[in-house]
Amino acid sequence: MKNVLGRDIPEYIEGIGKLEPFQGAWTKLKKGWMDEPAVAIATKAKLPHENKLCESLEEAIIKANPVNGMTISFHHHLREGDDVIVKCISILSNLGINSITLASSSLTTAHDGLVPYIQDGTITRIYSSGIREKLGKAISKGILDIPVIIQSHGGRARAIRTGKIKIDLAIISASAADCEGNATGAVGKSAFGSIGYSMVDVEHAMQSIIVTDNLVDYPCIPISIAQNFVDYVVKVDSIGDPSKIASGTTRITKSPMDLRIAQLAANVIEHSGYFQNNFSFQVGAGGATLAVAKFIRDKMKKKNITGSFMLGGITSYCVDMLNENLFKALFDVQSFDAAVSSSLLNNKNHIEVPSTLYANPFNCGCLTNKLDIVVLGVLEIDVDFNVNVITSSEGYITGASGGHSDTASGAKLAVAVCPSFRGRIPIIKKRVNTIVTPGESIDVLVTERGICVNPNNKDLELRLRKAGLNIRDIHDLEIEVDGITGIPEKIQFTDKIVGIVEYRDGTIIDVIRQVKE
Amino acid sequence: MKKNKRRTALYIPGHNPAMVQQGGVYGADTVLLDLEDSVALSEKDAARILVRNMIRTVDFYNTEVTVRINHIDTPFGITDLEYIVPVKPEAIRLPKIETKHDVIRVIELIEKIEKKHGIPHGNIKIHPMIETAIGVQNVFEIAGAHPCIDAITIGGQDLTADMGIVKTKDNAGLDYARKAIVMAAKANRIDALDSVFADVNDDEGLRIETEYAKKIGFTGKAVINPRQIDIIHDVFNPTDEEIRVAIKIVKAFNENAARGIGVFALDGKMIDAPVVTRAQHVLNLADIDINDL
Amino acid sequence: MVIKQQAQAGTFESSDMLVLVEPVSEGTGRVIELHSPVMVQFGKSIKEEINNALDEYEIKDVRLICNDKGALSATISARVETAIRRALQIQDGVLPS
Repeated sequence: MKNVLGRDIPEYIEGIGKLEPFQGAWTKLKKGWMDEPAVAIATKAKLPHENKLCESLEEAIIKANPVNGMTISFHHHLREGDDVIVKCISILSNLGINSITLASSSLTTAHDGLVPYIQDGTITRIYSSGIREKLGKAISKGILDIPVIIQSHGGRARAIRTGKIKIDLAIISASAADCEGNATGAVGKSAFGSIGYSMVDVEHAMQSIIVTDNLVDYPCIPISIAQNFVDYVVKVDSIGDPSKIASGTTRITKSPMDLRIAQLAANVIEHSGYFQNNFSFQVGAGGATLAVAKFIRDKMKKKNITGSFMLGGITSYCVDMLNENLFKALFDVQSFDAAVSSSLLNNKNHIEVPSTLYANPFNCGCLTNKLDIVVLGVLEIDVDFNVNVITSSEGYITGASGGHSDTASGAKLAVAVCPSFRGRIPIIKKRVNTIVTPGESIDVLVTERGICVNPNNKDLELRLRKAGLNIRDIHDLEIEVDGITGIPEKIQFTDKIVGIVEYRDGTIIDVIRQVKE
Repeated sequence: MKKNKRRTALYIPGHNPAMVQQGGVYGADTVLLDLEDSVALSEKDAARILVRNMIRTVDFYNTEVTVRINHIDTPFGITDLEYIVPVKPEAIRLPKIETKHDVIRVIELIEKIEKKHGIPHGNIKIHPMIETAIGVQNVFEIAGAHPCIDAITIGGQDLTADMGIVKTKDNAGLDYARKAIVMAAKANRIDALDSVFADVNDDEGLRIETEYAKKIGFTGKAVINPRQIDIIHDVFNPTDEEIRVAIKIVKAFNENAARGIGVFALDGKMIDAPVVTRAQHVLNLADIDINDL
Repeated sequence: MVIKQQAQAGTFESSDMLVLVEPVSEGTGRVIELHSPVMVQFGKSIKEEINNALDEYEIKDVRLICNDKGALSATISARVETAIRRALQIQDGVLPS
C-alpha cells in the first residue's frame, strides 16, 4: 500500500505485525481520544529497609530474572561516551539470553560493539531514534531479520505509554544515585545533565536498574528519577568516558558557510512575523543550526525582544541566553555540554523535562505544541520539503530522527537549514531517500544559494519577499544545484526492508531498504 | 544584474577550490579571486588554471568577479593575463602599480589577448593597487591613465612595508596615502577601495576603521573573511533618514525636471545637480529604484 | 604526448583533488586509480572528467592516482591539467627552475 506521501509501505511485516500508513501530520491526532490503550504501571511492593544495592552489574541483571525475548531499554544521554549498553548486552549474552529487543532512546558510535551480538542472535529487534556508523551500516546491509524501528523522541514516549514497546527491564545510567535508586544526571564526574529520556521508561518498565559510578549518601539530590520506580541499584567504576559524554564542543562554528546559512536563517526568522516578545525557540546543536542562536541573540538585544522559553537539546549557548534574561525558561530533555549540568542544578528556571512532556503526541499537550520557532538541520530535503535525517546519500542508516518531526509539526515556523550541496552531493533532491519529517511540517528552507518557502505558506513568502530576502522556487534551486554538482547516480536497493520509520503518531511514514552492494 | 556598488571586495585564495566555488554566496559586492600574495610561488600555475575553470563554470550571481593577477614583471603576471582575460572577469586588479606607464602596459597586453581571442575591448575594468610610496606620489595620473580604470585601491600592508614603518591599528602612517588615493579617485569619478582589516575577531575595530574610511571618502573595503561583510555593508549603507530625504529630493527633482525646472527649493534648501546626484547615490546604495515607488 | 616524469597537483583539502601522475611504458594505456567519498554517486563522471582532460593533451599511456575529496568537475579538470602540464614540463608562467 502507499501512504499519503506516496511511499510504498507493506501492510504486514513478519515479527512486527500490521502497519498503519501515515496519513498526514495531524490526521490521526485530530480524534483527541486515541484508540490505543495506556499501559498500567507495574504494581509491586517492597518491605521497609530492604536493600536494593547489588555488588555488580551482573548480579543486578540476574536478580531481574532475564528471559529470552525480553525487551530492555536504555537512554542515550551518555552519547558517544556510553559504556553501559554494550556491557549489559554482553552480560546477558554470557548468561545465555537471546532474542532480546533493544529499546534505546538512541544509539551512537559508542554502540558499534553491538554488531556481534546481533550476528549471534542475542539481539533480534531494535527500537531507536538514531543509529550510526558501523551499526547503521551493518543493519543497512541486512544483519537483522526484523527491521529496526526508527522513532522520534515523542514517538518513543508514545510507544512506551501505549505498550507498543513493552519494557521488561529498564537499565538507567546515572551520574549520581543513592541506595534507594533516587538518581540524576546533573551531578558527578560523569554528569550529563537532563535524564529526560529515561523518565518514561522507569514509569512503565516491569523492573528497573540504576547504574551509577557515583553512589552518594541518601538522599540523592536532585531527584530526577525517583526511588519508587527503581528495583535495583549498582555502583560501577565508570558509566562512560566523560570527555565524550559532555565534550563541550557545542561552541559556535567558525565555518564561513555555516555562519552564512545561519545568518540568512536568522534574517528569515526576524522577518517571519513570529519574532516577537514571548516567542519560544528551539535550535539543534549542530554547526549552522546552533549558529542561528548567535544571530538571534544579537537581534533580540538589538530589537529589545525577550522570549518565553527555549526547548529541547540544551547547549551552554541556551544557558547563556537564559542568564542574560533573553528567555524566561529552559525546558531541557537532553543537555549537550558540560556547562549545562551546573545550570540545571542551580537555576530554577532551567527545568528538566521528560520526553513525554517534551514531545509525546498522545497526551493533553506536549511542549513542542507550544513552540513558535524551531531551526532544524537536514541530511536531505526534497522539492516537496520532505526531510531525511536518517539515511546517508549512499542509503545507509547513519542519523537520528530525534525531535525533528515532533518539533517541526508543533512549531509555528519550522526552518530547515543546510548547504545546497556537501562535498559534491546535492542536498536538495527531487525525492529524498527516506522521509522522516513530512514536507507539510517544514515552512522554509534556508541554503547559501537561496531561501525556499513552502508553497502552503504564502503569507510567510510575502513577508520574506517584502524584507528583500533572496526567495527562490525550490524546483529551480534543485535544478541549479544539480548543475553545479552533476547528477548523482541513483543508489540501488534490494526489496528487503531493513528499517521502518515510524511517524510520531505511530503510523509508518517510510521504510528503509537494504543497500545493494 | 551585477550590483552597481563596491562596498565589499572578498579576497579568496585562487588555489582553494572550496572557497572559490562558493565565492558568490556570501553577499559581498565583489569577489576578488587572488593569484598573487595568497598563492605560494610553486602553485601559481595550479591557481590560474583553477580560477580560469571556475570563472567559466561557477555562477557568482550578482557578485562582481575580479581577479588579482601577479605583477607583470614577475614570471607569472603575463601568463595570468593569458589565462584569465579570455574568460572575461568583470575586473582585473593590478598589484604594486607605481606609474601611469605600468597600467598602460597591462591594458595594452589585455587588448592584445582580447584581439587574439576575438573579444571586444574595454569591457574588463582595471583596478590599480597603490602599494608603494612612488605609487602614492603618482596616484593622480595613475587614476586617470585610462577609461578602463574605474576603481583604485590601497594595499596597506605592502605600503607600510615600503615606507619602512609598522602598520598600526590607527593607520597613522597611511593617513596621507589613504587621503591622496581617495582624492585621486574622486578627481576621476571612480571608486576608492580601502585595504583589509586583518583582525577577523575584532568586530568593533572593523566597524571603527570602516566608519573612518567612509568618512574620508572611500566607497568600499576589501575583506578577508565573509564574517566582515555585514559590518562593512552596515557602515556604508545609508541610514533610514538619509534614504527618506533622498527619495524626497529625487522625486521633487523628477517632478520639476518634467516641467523644465533644474534648480528648485525644498524645505527651504536649494536643490541643484550635485545634491540630486548625491541623493541618487544614496538610493543606489539602498537598492531603491525611484520608479518603483 | 608522452609522460616522462612524475608530477602532482591539488591538495587533500575538502572539495579538492590530489592528482599524482606517473609515467608508464608505452602501450600500457591509462591506468586510473580513483579514491573518492562520492564513488557510488559520481565515480563514473569523475573518470570521464579525468579522461577528457587526458584527451586534451593526447595522453595515451599514464598512471594517475586521484584522491578526490568531493571536488566539482571544474576542479577535477584543473587539477588533472596542472599535473599533466607539470609532468610534461610544459607549464608556463612559473618560477624558472
